[in-house]
Amino acid sequence: MTDPRLEVIGRRIAGVRRVIAVSSGKGGVGKSMIATALALTLRRSGHRVGLLDLDFTSPSTHVILGVEGLQPEEERGIIPPLAHGLRYMSIVFYAADEPAPLRGADISDAIIELMAITRWGELDYLVIDMPPGIGDATLDMIRLTPGISFLVVTTPSRVAFETVRKLLTLLGELEVPIVGVVENMVMRPSSRIRDQVGALGVPYLGVISFDTELEDALGDVEALLRTGFAVAVGGIASEADRRSP
Amino acid sequence: MAEGVVSTATRIAEEEGLDEVTEVTVKIGELQQIDREILEFALDQQRTPIMRNARLVLKSVPAKLRCRVCGAEWLFNPDALDEDVSEAIHFVPEMAHVYMKCKRCGSPDFEIIEGRGVWLESIRGVKEDD
Repeated sequence: MTDPRLEVIGRRIAGVRRVIAVSSGKGGVGKSMIATALALTLRRSGHRVGLLDLDFTSPSTHVILGVEGLQPEEERGIIPPLAHGLRYMSIVFYAADEPAPLRGADISDAIIELMAITRWGELDYLVIDMPPGIGDATLDMIRLTPGISFLVVTTPSRVAFETVRKLLTLLGELEVPIVGVVENMVMRPSSRIRDQVGALGVPYLGVISFDTELEDALGDVEALLRTGFAVAVGGIASEADRRSP
Repeated sequence: MAEGVVSTATRIAEEEGLDEVTEVTVKIGELQQIDREILEFALDQQRTPIMRNARLVLKSVPAKLRCRVCGAEWLFNPDALDEDVSEAIHFVPEMAHVYMKCKRCGSPDFEIIEGRGVWLESIRGVKEDD
């Protein structure tokens, strides 16, 4: 038996110029914040941008964006609603505020389903907030999305970078393009992560300092874009755009 | 969904060197609550030249669920769900784990043994040199 969903995924994203997966080996390093701020910043720069929250068991970009009352439109598939100018898709449209206890195979099936039914239209960027690690979601997106590239987030912590190193190694082995590594939540300057990233032959995109004002900006996009965090992400976005093929 | 079925059937027919597809059999899992008539209509609309005259066979498959905790098995009953939940499961069948629990022990940790989505079961066709 053949799964017909796999046949249409390529067409659903055929109008997307660039797919950037914001990923990390560890949770809690700021992937969702960076993915959301990156998408918003690219949008403010005049690009057509989509944001896909693929962290099905712990979605959070809707909280960062302050999304309420939106639903996708059903039209030969589903069309993501506009949230602050972004074409936005998240599992919360279907799971609401309930927990979604999904095992790996279920996550894989849900990803395939969502990728097969979502019509993104014409976009310059589709930014994906990935779940942490190198499990089903990462492997599925590499398998299903030709041309996907990864923006990898770490913190200065050796614990975080140890897992990031594994992600970078996997991406390298699979010859998946890496936009670069962002060092987030930095509290004191050090070149340690920059040096280690450089030693792996991967671009180091820059530092984002720990921002104590960020929590208060959650749910308020204008306030978020005024934070030092968002300004730093803007620099990363310019760098990512500059490296765009 | 119809687009995926027709594209897959057409690709397989071309890979197999068929000149004409005579029959396409599709399995429809009941969990996804796909309207049979709408799917049939959509498949008809999407027909490619190679499957112009193909007979469409649609088979419904009851959705069977099994609890990973206590082993209980039960059949999915869409009538027991409200409209919003039905719609969520229709679009992403894994949302069943959000809204449904094991009938015996109440766990959301169950597996969908069969009847999840839409599958292309088989195609039949002819080659002119046959």
